[in-house]
Amino acid sequence: MHYRKLLFSAAAAFVFGLSIGRAQDDVYPAKPYNGMLIIKNGTIHVGNGQVIENGTIEVYAGKIRRVGTDIPVPMDDVKVFDARGKHVYPGLILSVSNLGLVEVPTVRATSDVREIGEVNPSIRSLVAYNTDSKIINTVKSNGVLLANIVPDGGLISGSSSVVQLDAWNWEDAAYHADGGMHFRMPTLYNRPNPFAAFLGTQAPAGDPVKRGLEQIEQVKAYFREAKAYAAARDVKETNLKMEAMRNLFSRKQKLFIHCDVVREMLVAVDFVKEFGLDVVIVGGSESWQIADLLKQHNIPVILNQMHSLPNTPDDDVDQPFKTASQLRKAGVLFAINDEDGQHRGKNLPFNAGTAAAYGLGKEEALQAITLDAARILGIADRTGSIEAGKDANILISEGDILDMRSSRVTHAFIQGRHLDLTDKHQQLYERYKKKYELK
Amino acid sequence: MRKLLLMIIGGCVFASLHAQPTFPVNGVGDPRSTCYAFTHATIVRDGQTVLSDATLVIREDKVVSLGSNVTVPADAVVIDCKGKYIYPSFIDVYADYGIPTPQRPQGGGFFGPQQLTSNQKGAYGWNQAIKADVEGVRLFTTDDAKAKALRELGFGTVLTHQRDGIARGTGTIVTLATEKENKVVLKERASAHYSFNKGSSGQSYPGSMMGSIALLRQTYLDAAWYKNNPSVEGVNLSLQAWNRNQDLPQFFEAGDKWNAVRADRIGDEFGVQYIIKGGGNEYQRINEMAATKATFILPLNYPQAMDVEDPNDARFVALADMKHWEMAPGNAAAFEKAGIPFCLTTADLRDPKQFLPNLRKAIQYGLSEAKALEALTRTPAKLLGIDNITGTLEQGKLANFFIASGPVFDEKTIVLQNWVQGMKFGVKEENWNDTRGQYSLSLQTAQGISGYTLDVKGMNAVNVIGRDTITGKFSHDGKMIKLSFAPDKKSKGQYRLSGVSNGDSWSGYGVDSAGNKLTWTATLKSATAAKTDSARKKDMVKAGAVTYPFLPFGWTDKPKQETIIIRNATVWTSDAAGKLENTDVLVKNGKIAQVGKNLSDPGARVIDGTGKHLTPGIIDEHSHIAAASINEGGQSVTSEVRIADNLNPDDINIYRQLSGGVTTSHILHGSANTIGGQTQLIKLRWGADDEGLKFKGAPGFIKFALGENVKRSSSTQGNQRFPDTRMGVEQVLMDAFTRARDYEKQIKRVTDEQKAKKGAVVNPYSSVRRDLELDALVEIMNKQRFITCHSYVQSEINAAMKVADKMGFTFNTFTHILEGYKVADKMKAHGANASTFSDWWAYKMEVYEAIPQNPAIMHKVGLNVAINSDDAEMARRLNQEAAKSIKYGGLTEEEALRMVTINPAKMLHVDAQVGSIKVGKDADLVLWSDNPLSIYAKAEKTIVDGTVYFDRQKDEEMRRQVIAERNRLVQKMLGEKRSGGPVAPFTPSYQVILNCGDHAHSHGLFTIDMD
Repeated sequence: MHYRKLLFSAAAAFVFGLSIGRAQDDVYPAKPYNGMLIIKNGTIHVGNGQVIENGTIEVYAGKIRRVGTDIPVPMDDVKVFDARGKHVYPGLILSVSNLGLVEVPTVRATSDVREIGEVNPSIRSLVAYNTDSKIINTVKSNGVLLANIVPDGGLISGSSSVVQLDAWNWEDAAYHADGGMHFRMPTLYNRPNPFAAFLGTQAPAGDPVKRGLEQIEQVKAYFREAKAYAAARDVKETNLKMEAMRNLFSRKQKLFIHCDVVREMLVAVDFVKEFGLDVVIVGGSESWQIADLLKQHNIPVILNQMHSLPNTPDDDVDQPFKTASQLRKAGVLFAINDEDGQHRGKNLPFNAGTAAAYGLGKEEALQAITLDAARILGIADRTGSIEAGKDANILISEGDILDMRSSRVTHAFIQGRHLDLTDKHQQLYERYKKKYELK
Repeated sequence: MRKLLLMIIGGCVFASLHAQPTFPVNGVGDPRSTCYAFTHATIVRDGQTVLSDATLVIREDKVVSLGSNVTVPADAVVIDCKGKYIYPSFIDVYADYGIPTPQRPQGGGFFGPQQLTSNQKGAYGWNQAIKADVEGVRLFTTDDAKAKALRELGFGTVLTHQRDGIARGTGTIVTLATEKENKVVLKERASAHYSFNKGSSGQSYPGSMMGSIALLRQTYLDAAWYKNNPSVEGVNLSLQAWNRNQDLPQFFEAGDKWNAVRADRIGDEFGVQYIIKGGGNEYQRINEMAATKATFILPLNYPQAMDVEDPNDARFVALADMKHWEMAPGNAAAFEKAGIPFCLTTADLRDPKQFLPNLRKAIQYGLSEAKALEALTRTPAKLLGIDNITGTLEQGKLANFFIASGPVFDEKTIVLQNWVQGMKFGVKEENWNDTRGQYSLSLQTAQGISGYTLDVKGMNAVNVIGRDTITGKFSHDGKMIKLSFAPDKKSKGQYRLSGVSNGDSWSGYGVDSAGNKLTWTATLKSATAAKTDSARKKDMVKAGAVTYPFLPFGWTDKPKQETIIIRNATVWTSDAAGKLENTDVLVKNGKIAQVGKNLSDPGARVIDGTGKHLTPGIIDEHSHIAAASINEGGQSVTSEVRIADNLNPDDINIYRQLSGGVTTSHILHGSANTIGGQTQLIKLRWGADDEGLKFKGAPGFIKFALGENVKRSSSTQGNQRFPDTRMGVEQVLMDAFTRARDYEKQIKRVTDEQKAKKGAVVNPYSSVRRDLELDALVEIMNKQRFITCHSYVQSEINAAMKVADKMGFTFNTFTHILEGYKVADKMKAHGANASTFSDWWAYKMEVYEAIPQNPAIMHKVGLNVAINSDDAEMARRLNQEAAKSIKYGGLTEEEALRMVTINPAKMLHVDAQVGSIKVGKDADLVLWSDNPLSIYAKAEKTIVDGTVYFDRQKDEEMRRQVIAERNRLVQKMLGEKRSGGPVAPFTPSYQVILNCGDHAHSHGLFTIDMD
C-alpha cells in the first residue's frame, strides 16, 4: 500500500475523530501498515529517562527505525505526523489487569477472572480475553496500549499474557503469551475482623499466620514435584497442570507473587533461593521496608495502586505516594500499575504522576509505566521505549501525559498502526452533545 | 452418692441462718440471734474516719455499735482482730451477678436475610431491642460461685441487671450472701438500664449507632405520648414499663468516651441525667466527660501489653493503642483530678482477680486511696439510694464488712473474711494469723526429745535449723500442718510430721526415717516483724501525654487562630474576581479580612506565597469519614437517624484529608435505603470534639438513595425488604411523603383545635404521636431540610423528580448522578444540583453508562456541578479529580476548581460563609506548591477559620515524633514482657473505613471497609 504524503495536523485529527457519532461497534481495530511513518517536531520522552526535544521518529513496517533530531522527512509514500508543541511517549503498559476478563464486577455472568480450585497452573487468561469489552477502549484512549491480563483466585491462579489493546480477537491481541504464572500468597498477618459477627462471616479457627505458612509449604512441595516432573525424561501419564509449570523452571515464564507485607515478601525471596525462579512481587505496599533486600535478590515490584491510604494510621500521610521513590533510591526495578475497580485502569498515567510529584521525578515515573513495566513483563526487547528496533507503540499527547491538567492523547500507534481512539464514553458524550446542542 | 447427699444437706444447715417465717422447716426449728464482737481492730468506718483499736459489734444482720469504748455484750462471740483492718464491704453497681446475658442467635449478618419485625411474642412494643419490661429481680438467682469471686475482692452488695438490649429494664440490688433470694434482695427495682447495643435482638432495626440513638429518642417520645393511653396503640407493655422505670436512677452503658457524650446528649434532650458506665478511654477527653455532669462507673480493665518482639508484628500495632495501654490505668485518677464523681466496677475484667491489683495500679497512677474507697462504698450507696443501709459502718446499717490483713490498697494485704448481712464468708482465713516467725520444735520419740528451730517464712516455706539448716517441705493451710525434713544434710531419711495449729502452738504426730512413731509440738518464740509495704514506696508512674485527637499527628496543645498575611501568591478566588496574580490575603479573627496588594497588619504572621497558589479550602459534598456509623439499613425509611449523633473526631482521615486541602466535608448517611439519614456538614478541625467539628449555621440535609443498593441487589441471600425494584423505590418515596403530608395536616388540625379552646395549652403532640421520621420529611417539604440523593440511572432520577414535583418539594442535590448527563435538562428544570465522580464507572451494572464527560455536560447545560469523593482516599486528591473535567470535558481550570470549592458551597447553602476567597468569608484556605489543578500540586498549608491545621513542615517534624514515640512504647512493652508482666499475643490495630457501599477502591491492609 502506498500513501502520498499526508500531513496530519494532530489537533485537527482530534476534533475530526470526535465529531463522528458512532456506536462502539463501529470503532474498528486499525489495519496493518507496513509503510513508513514519521512523527516529527515532538518532545520525545524515550521511556528510559531520556528526553529528545524537537525530535523525529522514523517508523517502518511497524518498527521504530530511527529516533533523533536530524532525521530527514522523505517527500512521498509516508504518513507524517507533526507533533510540534506536543509530547511523544512510548505506549503505556498496565502490568496487572483484569481487562477483558471482567466487564461489570457485580454481574457474575460478565466475570471470567476467578476459576474454582486452589492450584490452577494450566489456566490461561488469554483464551478468555474479550476484545469486545467496552472497557478496553476507554483505557486505550488514555494511552494504555498494552496490558498484562491476569487471572485471579486460589493459590496458583494460572498464567497471564500481555495483550495489545487494538485487536479483533484474542489471538490477534496476544503480544506475549503466558509470560507470567500467578501465585496468590496466603495472608501472613493476623487480621481478626471485629465485625465478623455483624457481617455474618466467620474466620476459620487457629492462627492465620501458621495456617498461611502451612499452605505455603504445600505450594513449595507442589513446586518441587513440578520441577521433578519437568526434569523427567519420560512421563507416563501427562499431567496438564505440571506441563503448564515447565516454562517456569526453564525461566521462559516468571513467577508473579501477589503479596504485601514484609513476612510475605520474605517468603517470595525464599522462592527465588530455592527454585531459582524469576520472581516478581505484585502489590508490595510494604516493599519500601525491605527495598535493599529486594534489590539484592533482583526481585522487581509491581506497585498496584499509588492512590491508596497508608497501611497504618502512624504512617506518613503520603507513604503510598512516595513508595516508588524509595524503591528507586534502593535501585529496585519496579512498575507502577493502576488496579482499581472504579475507573478500571484508565488512571495509569496519573498514578505515575503522583509518584513523580512525591520524589520520583517525571521521566522516572514514566519509565515505571513503560520501559520498566516492559522489563518486568519480559517484553522490553520489543516495546517500552522509543528506541530503534522496537515496535512502534507510540503516543502523542497535547501536554504532559502524567498530569490530568494537560494529558490528552491525540494519536496512538501500535506496531505502526494508527489507532482509532474513540471509546464508549466519547460516543455517549457526542450523543448527548447532540441532544443539548452543545459545542 | 450418700456422702454427696450429706454434703449438700450439710451445706444448708449453716447457710440458712435467718429463717423465713413463711417457709416450713423440715426438722427442728433453729432460731438464732447471734451476736459478734470484733475487738482490737482498725476500723475504717466510712473511708474518712479510721478508728484504731476499736470494736465492732453486730447482731443478726445489723451493726449494733462500733467505737473505741464499746461494751461487748455478754452473749457476743468475741473475735480478736488485733492487727486487722475492717472496711465496709464494697458495692459494685455494674455487676451481672445472678442474671445471665442472653445470646443472639447465629446467622444473618449484613448480607443475610433480614428480620424486619420483633420476635417477642405478646402485648409488647414494635422493637425487640426495647426490653424495658425486663425486671432484673424476676430473673435473679443466687449464684454461690460468682458471689464468692466477688466476696473475695471485698464486695458485699451489687446492683445487677440483664445486660441485653437498648433498653434493658430494671436492675435489682442484692447482697452477695449465699442465701435464699428472698433474703438477699435489698431493693427489687433499683435502677433502669440502657445501652446502644441491641444485644440478642435479631431485628434488623437498628443496625447502627445512630439508629440506636434514634430508637431511644423515639421511644422517649412514644412513652410520653402513651401516658395519655391513646386508643390507637392499644396496650403496649414495653412503653408502660418504660414509663414506670423513669423514676429510678438511669444507667447508660456507654463503654467509650464518645459514646458517653452521645448518651448524655440524649439525656439532656429528655431531661434525664444518666449515670454513665465508661469503657476506660475517658481520660482522653476528660473535659467532655466533666461537661456531661454525670456520675461515671469506671471499669478497671486495662489493655494488656502486646507481644511486639517480632518487628513485623510491632509495625501493625498502632501508636494510639500503645499509648492507651500506657495511660489507661490513669483513667480513674483523671476523673478525680477533674472532680467528676465516679464509682468503680469489676465489670469488663477478663478475670475478677485482677480487680485489686488493677485498683492498686490506678493508685500508682495518681488515684488517691480515699477516693478509691469512696468510689467503692459511699458513692455507689448514695447513687442507689441505699446509703441509709450500707456503704459505711454505722449503727443500724447492714453488717456488710470485710476483714483484711492490712490497709486494703497495700500490695500484700489479703482479704481474710467477708461478712455479708452478718454472715461470715471465709476468704483466706488461713492467713488470719501471721505464722511467720521462729518456732521451737520438739520431737518426742522413744529415744527421747530432740529439738530444732523452725524458721517459718510463709505458708509453704520453712527452714529447719538443727545441726544444719535444712529446707523443709512444708504446708500450713491455717489449720492443718504438714512438714517433712531430713534431720541433717547427710541423712537420707526424712521426718514426716502432721499436726494441727492452734495459733502460736502446734502439735501433732509423725514418723521418723526408720518408721518409728513420734509426737511433736512447736511453739512460737518470736514473730517476724512486718515489713513496710514496698508498694507504698513505688513512684507515681509517668506516662505520655494526651493528644487531641488521641492519634498520631494529634495536638498536645490545641491550635490557635492567627492573624496571617499570605504574601504575593496566585490567588484563585473561585469568585467573580477570578484568578489574581501576585496578590496578598489577610486573615484575621478567622475571616478573610483583605485581598489585595501590599497588605499589612502589625500582628500578622507573614507567609511567603511567591510562586505558590492560594485557593479556597476544598469542600467535599459526599464523604463518610469521622463517623461511628454511616448506614442504618434496618428499614427503607430512616429519616429519623442523624449522622450528627455519631460523629467520630478520632479519625486519622481528617488529618490525611487536610493534607489534601479539604476543609469542609459533608458527612452523608450511606445508600442502604431509599430514605436514609440526616447528614452533617463538618469542618476538618483536627483535634476538636464532635460538637467542635460541626459547621455552625449550615442548614440540615438528608440522604436519599435510589437503585441497586436500596433494592439490595448485592444481598447474597435474597431480599425481604421492600422495595426490590425501581418501581418499588418510587412507591417508597410516594408513601413516605404522603404519610408526612397527612401527619403535618393532623398536627395543624390539632393545633388549631387547641388554639380555639381558651386557656388550653397548645401541644399537638399530646394527641398526635410525634414521629421523628416524619418530622424530617415535613422539614423537607417546608424547605427547612434539603435532600442529597444517591442516584445513577436516568429512569430513577426522572421518577424521583416527578414524585417531588407532585408532593411539592425539590431534590436539592443528586449525588453520584452518573447518568445525570442524560437528564441534565430535566434536572435543571427541577432546580437540582449535581455532585458527581470525575471518572468512576462500570463497577456495577447501574454505572455501565457512566462517562467522565458527565460533569462537563451537566455544567454546560447550566447545572451547578460539584466533584465529590465518597472515598477517604480520593478526597485527598479532589483538586485533581476536578481537573479531569478539563481533560474530558474541556472546562477551564477555574471552572474545574469551582467544582470543589464554590459550587459545592452553593449546593450546601453555605456559600455565604465558604467556597471562595472573598472578604468577610471564613478563612478556609489552602496554599499549594503548584497550580492547584496539577498532579504535582501539594497542599503546603491548610487553614480552617484562620487556624493552620495542616502544615507540611510541621508534619515532617511530627513524623519523626511519631517514630520516636512508637519506639519508646514498643521498648516499654518489651520491658513489660521481659519483667514477666502479662502480655497478650499480637493483634494488629484496625482502621474502620466507612463508605456508601459502592467500593472497590484500595484502602490499605488493616482497614475494614464497612457500608
